[in-house]
Amino acid sequence: MTARDQSSMGAWFRSGDPWIWLIGGGLAISLVMVVGLFLLIAVRGFSHFWPAPLVETTLTVDGESTRVLGVVTQTETLPAARVRESGVDLPAEQEFVTRHLLKVGNRDLTGRDFVWYLDEQLDEWTYPDNAMRVERREWGDFYGYPLALEQAGEVVAEGEGLWPELQQAIERAEDLHHRIRRLEKVDIGAVNRALEAIRLDRRRLEFQDVRGPELVRAEAEFERREAELDRQFAGIREERGVLMEEIERDVLVAETASGAEVRIPLADIVMASKNNALGFIGKLDFYLERIVDFLTGYPREANTEGGIFPAIFGTVIMVLIMSVLVTPFGVLAAIYLREYAKQGTILRIIRVSVYNLAGVPSIVFGVFGLGFFVYLLGGTIDDLFYPERLPAPTFGTPGLFWASLTLALLTLPVVIVSTEEGLARIPRTIREGSLALGATKWETLWKVVVPLSAPAMMTGLILAVARAAGEVAPLMLVGVVKLAPSLPVDGEFPYVHLERKIMHLGFHIYDVGFQSPNVEAARPLVYATALTLVLLILVLNLTAIAIRNRLREKYRAESD
Amino acid sequence: METESTHRSADSGSKPVSSSMFESDRKTLKIEREKISIEVRNLDLYYGEDQALKNINLKIPHNRVTAFIGPSGCGKSTLLRCFNRMNDLIDICRIDGEILIEGKNIHDKDVDVAEHRRRVGMVFQKPNPFPKSIFENVAYGLRLQGVNDKRKLAEVVERALRAAALWDEVKGRLDDNAFGLSGGQQQRLVIARAIAIEPEVILLDEPCSALDPISTAKVEELIQELKNDYTIAIVTHNMQQAARVSDFTAYMYMGEMIEFGDTAALFTNPRRKATEDYITGRYG
Repeated sequence: MTARDQSSMGAWFRSGDPWIWLIGGGLAISLVMVVGLFLLIAVRGFSHFWPAPLVETTLTVDGESTRVLGVVTQTETLPAARVRESGVDLPAEQEFVTRHLLKVGNRDLTGRDFVWYLDEQLDEWTYPDNAMRVERREWGDFYGYPLALEQAGEVVAEGEGLWPELQQAIERAEDLHHRIRRLEKVDIGAVNRALEAIRLDRRRLEFQDVRGPELVRAEAEFERREAELDRQFAGIREERGVLMEEIERDVLVAETASGAEVRIPLADIVMASKNNALGFIGKLDFYLERIVDFLTGYPREANTEGGIFPAIFGTVIMVLIMSVLVTPFGVLAAIYLREYAKQGTILRIIRVSVYNLAGVPSIVFGVFGLGFFVYLLGGTIDDLFYPERLPAPTFGTPGLFWASLTLALLTLPVVIVSTEEGLARIPRTIREGSLALGATKWETLWKVVVPLSAPAMMTGLILAVARAAGEVAPLMLVGVVKLAPSLPVDGEFPYVHLERKIMHLGFHIYDVGFQSPNVEAARPLVYATALTLVLLILVLNLTAIAIRNRLREKYRAESD
Repeated sequence: METESTHRSADSGSKPVSSSMFESDRKTLKIEREKISIEVRNLDLYYGEDQALKNINLKIPHNRVTAFIGPSGCGKSTLLRCFNRMNDLIDICRIDGEILIEGKNIHDKDVDVAEHRRRVGMVFQKPNPFPKSIFENVAYGLRLQGVNDKRKLAEVVERALRAAALWDEVKGRLDDNAFGLSGGQQQRLVIARAIAIEPEVILLDEPCSALDPISTAKVEELIQELKNDYTIAIVTHNMQQAARVSDFTAYMYMGEMIEFGDTAALFTNPRRKATEDYITGRYG
C-alpha cells in the first residue's frame, strides 16, 4: 500500500463515512429483524383461517390400502436413514425421504388428527369437490363426505338438495344453541346467584346473632324467596328441555374417506364447508367469517379451538383499569418529587430507587402482588366486608383488580420519570409569569404547569400501556387464568366485577402454545393470538398517541 | 423630530444619546418633589457567598417611569425582582435591608406573597403567555381572585387589552391560542395580563429585548400611556430606550447604585465619570 493510498484511506475514515455505514447497517439489521418477526407472525396468523384444499389419496402400507382425506399442513425432507431406523422398508439406494403432515381430523374415530405420511406410501392426490370439512364443538374437525340430513330419524335431504338444506339446518341449530347457552349462562346463573344471596343473608343473620320472632320472620321470607326461585328454575329447565329436543332433532349422516358412516348431531356443528368447491369469493367470505368467529368467539376444547374474545376483553379491561390507577399516582408522585420535595441526598436516593424499580423483573412484582395485594389487602377486605362468604374468598384471591394494581405498580416508574421530565421542561418564565400575577405555587402548578406537561404524562402512559399489555409473568400469580368462566363486565350488578379472574392474550399464547394437549392443532392459534396481541397493543398505543398529539396542539408552546 | 425617529428604529445600546432627544422646554424633575411609591433602604442581596447588590438606597416616584441601566450582570434585574419578591423562588438568595412599598415593608411577616405580587405586576424579557386562549390569558389573574362572572371578565379583559393597545388586533379572535400571536403582540398581551388585575406598580424587565423595532415602538408608546395610572420600573440594555421612555434613570454597576436622577440630567450632564463613560459608549 502506497503512502497515497494510506492517506486516502485516512481521509475516508476522517470523513466519517465508515461510521455512517456502520450506524446505517445497525439500523437496517434492527429493521429487518422487526419486520421479519412481524411478517412471520402475520403470515402464519392470517393464513390459518384461509380454507385449505382437502386432499384425498390412497395410503398403501404393506400391501394394504386405505383412503385418506385431509389437509396438508407441513412437508419436509429427511435423510432416509432416519426413517429406516423407525422400521420402514426403503430401497437401499434412496438417500432422502419426503413426508407430509396431514390433518385428517376425525379424532373421535382414529384418536389422532395429525398424521405423518411418507410420500412413497401415498398415491396420486385428488381434490374432490364433494369433500367436506365440518367444524364441531367437540372432537375437533371432521373430514369426509356428506350423505344425508335426517330429521327425527327420517331422511329429509340427500344428493343435490342436501347442501343448501344442511346450511339452513346448521343456522337453525346455531340459533337454538345460542338460546340454550343463554338459558344456561344468564337465566340459570341469575337463579343461582339469587340462591347464593339467600344463603349469604342467612349467614349474615347468624353473624349478627339475630334470634326470636325476627329470625322466624326472616326465615319465612327466605323460604318464600327460595320457593319462588325453585319455581323459576323449574320453568327454565322445562324451556331448556324443549330446546334440547329441538336441537337434537337434526343429524348429519356422513361418510369418512375410509368408508365408515358417521352420524353427527347438528347441535355439535359450528360450520360445514366444501373447501374444494368454493370459488375465490366463497373462500374470502368463509375466511372473513372465521376471523370474526375467532375474534368474537369463546374458546373450546381446552383453548385449542374457538375464539379468543374473553382474552382480548380481559387484556383491554385490565390495561384500562391499570391506566386509571397508574396515571394519578404517577403524576402526583412526580409533581411532589419535582416541585415540592426538598432537593438533597434523600430525594436523590428516592429518585434512583424509583428509576431502578423499572428494572426489577416483573415476576418479582407478581410475587409482591400475590403476597401483599391478594393475601394481605384482599384477605383484610374479605374479613371486613364479606365475612359471610368465608371461607370462600371474594377479594382474597387473584382477580382483575389485583392484576391491574400489580401492573400499575410495575409501570409506575415509567409514568413518574416521563412526568418529571415533562415538568422539568416547562420554561421557568411561564411559571414566573403566573406567580407574578399573584398565583400561589399550587395555582401555578395546577393551572399552567400541569396542563403544559400533559403530553409528557401521556408519553409515560403510552410506555406504561405498551409494557403492561405485553406482560405475562406477574399476571399468572395475581389474576389471569387459562379459562375464566365469565367476563369481568356483564349485565349483572355492579356490572364491573373487579374480583373476577380474567383471561389475557399473553397468557393465552403461553397456554395454547405450551400447555395444550394438541400441539399441532394449537400452533396456528399461537400465531393468530400473537398477531392479535401485537395489533391490540398497536391500537392502544395509537389511541394514546392521538390523544397526546391533540394535547400538544392545544398546549403548543413556541419553545417546543 | 427626525433624530428621534431614527433613534427609535435603531436598537443598539452602544450609541451615545444626544441631548437633542430631550425636549428643550422640559423641566428637570426633582426626586424630592415626587410622591414616593417604592423606597429601598440599605439593601444587600447575596446569592450564596456572592453579593449581587451592595447597599442600595433608592426612591422610585409614584406614576413615573424609572429606568435601570447598566452593563450585564450589574444587578439591575435582580433589584427589579426584589420589588415583587421573585427572588424568594431562589433557595440560595438572601436579602438584608428594607424595601417599602407605600410605606409598608414587603418582607414583613404579615405580608402575603401572592397578594403582594398581585399589587406589583411584572413583565419579563421574553413574552411568556400561558398555553391558553387570548381571553383566558388576560382573565387569568382575575380568575385567581375568584372572579368568574362572565360579563365582568369580558369587561375587564376588553379594558386591559385596549389599555395595552392590543384590542383592535385581537378582538375577533379572543378564543384563539395566545401562541398564535406575534412576539410583539404576545408582549403586549402579557402587559394586558399584568394590568388586568390593576396593580399599583408594574415592573418591566427588558420588555423589548426580544422584539423587533416596530413592536418596540408600540410597547414604548404603551409605557408612556401607562404611566398616567401606574408606577413603572423598567430595566433596559438600550440607553436610547431609557432616554425615550423614562423620567428617572438609575445607573448601576457591579451591584452598586452609581447614579440616580432625572433622565435628561443624567444623560446630558452626568455627575459621575463612570456614568458618563457608560452612556457615551466608552465603557469597557
